Amino acid sequence: MHELLNNLLQPYLPEAVITVLTIVIKIAITIVCLLLSVAYLTFAERKVIGFMQVRIGPNRVGPGGWLQPIADVFKLMTKEVLVPANANKVLFLIAPVVALGPALAAWAVIPFGAETVLANINAGLLYILALTSLGVYGIIIAGWASNSKYAFLGAMRSAAQIVAYEIAMGFALVGVLIAAGSLNLNEIIGAQRGLGFFGWFWLPLLPLFVVYFIAGVAETNRAPFDVSEGESEIVAGFHVEYSGMAFALFFLAEYANMIMIAALTSVMFMGGWLSPLEGLPFISGLLSIPVLGTFLGSGIHWLIFKIAFFLLLFLWFRATFPRYRYDQIMRLGWKIFIPITLVWVVVASVLVMIKLPPWFN
Amino acid sequence: MSAVAEYFKSLTLWELLKGMRLTGRYLFDRKVTVQYPEEKTPQSARFRGLHALRRYPNGEERCIACKLCEAVCPALAITIDSEPRDDGTRRTTAYQIDLTKCIFCGFCEESCPVDSIVETRFFEYHGENRGDLLMTKDKLLAHGDRMEAQIAADRAAEARYR
Repeated sequence: MHELLNNLLQPYLPEAVITVLTIVIKIAITIVCLLLSVAYLTFAERKVIGFMQVRIGPNRVGPGGWLQPIADVFKLMTKEVLVPANANKVLFLIAPVVALGPALAAWAVIPFGAETVLANINAGLLYILALTSLGVYGIIIAGWASNSKYAFLGAMRSAAQIVAYEIAMGFALVGVLIAAGSLNLNEIIGAQRGLGFFGWFWLPLLPLFVVYFIAGVAETNRAPFDVSEGESEIVAGFHVEYSGMAFALFFLAEYANMIMIAALTSVMFMGGWLSPLEGLPFISGLLSIPVLGTFLGSGIHWLIFKIAFFLLLFLWFRATFPRYRYDQIMRLGWKIFIPITLVWVVVASVLVMIKLPPWFN
Repeated sequence: MSAVAEYFKSLTLWELLKGMRLTGRYLFDRKVTVQYPEEKTPQSARFRGLHALRRYPNGEERCIACKLCEAVCPALAITIDSEPRDDGTRRTTAYQIDLTKCIFCGFCEESCPVDSIVETRFFEYHGENRGDLLMTKDKLLAHGDRMEAQIAADRAAEARYR
């Protein structure tokens, strides 16, 4: 893409401007795709949960309900943003932006393909850890600035919960780091290449994989860990006082974080854009068929497919499990997940040291 | 099962997977939603919807202003005024049902000795102005005139149970 723009604009613009322009266009494409996915994820959520509850979900706006998210966006945009009289106005309005910012920024290092990545930085994993931790500030600031007891309770719950699960998530990623021997996300994917579906890290790091995904569900405050919203207990938690577009930003942030966690789980444990067939010995002929081979081979479509699968799990959890009690959430985080990850980090180190085939030889 | 085995079983998430299998099955189950304006559920002849005041076939209104319905109404939604008419019979001068108070219990219909006040099957009504849902005698009689065929058929069908 850089070459294309370079050829087109070289006579008119200096090299540096073209580079910046390329980056801006890439960012715009990523964010537009992301926001569209968020919109349709809300639609998918209502449809899937509806189906699991033997209903059919929204089906009135547009053919089959497919324009429902668009209608929701217009509804939210035309609504007034109310600021409570005793709220801290500046923080109140900054909070949704702080919540959404990191959720979008983290996408910079997600590799969509072997070469397709916005920023191919070597400390990608650290960057991810830093940005997923930042999300909690949006929630805390929102809860505090609202000057409302429900919002404050929700923010407190959310903060404690995210801190607790952050540790388990971090340790799970340490396991990935040990297994891959790199902090660069594309190299982590590269380290999983070779055995198709069975060569990915989910198999040798199975406990870490499960803990990471469940901690990810908790991290995004999704059911069954949604005590920070807890409609039946504290109304809507940290965003009770928000309306209109300010509320919509929290909504966007929550769903963007869900997609983020799904993408990270795919990249860390499920081989990212790798095809599950690539490297399997007995069907290597399949990949050289003209059209079918492109589809079965590695590419961004596999990443999208994996993300969609994990997002379905998010929705499936929400349709299945009742909300955790608050002390149970803390117990699960501190007394079960952290020990499991600690033990398996040690196990993973041993596996790597003895160069266990077929993954670590 | 010993506590240790129980603990390790819980680590396999077995119970959670069983729950997800159940919801997963419902994902593909037949949906029971009724698409309301296009599809409607069957209605009983005893359906309790909008009220109506009936007339005899000769056009005389049935209500004799005995005020039993007013007395029995648990929501105090009915207000009746009455006066003797020139021919010596007692009739209502005002018969009001406040539908914003009414709880559609059907006691008024049950208490009526002359089958005058009835609840019809019609429920798709609305009010756009203040007072639209305050049913006056004229409105109630108009409902009765409009839906008399249905009302009479329903009363006939249910006659043996009353």
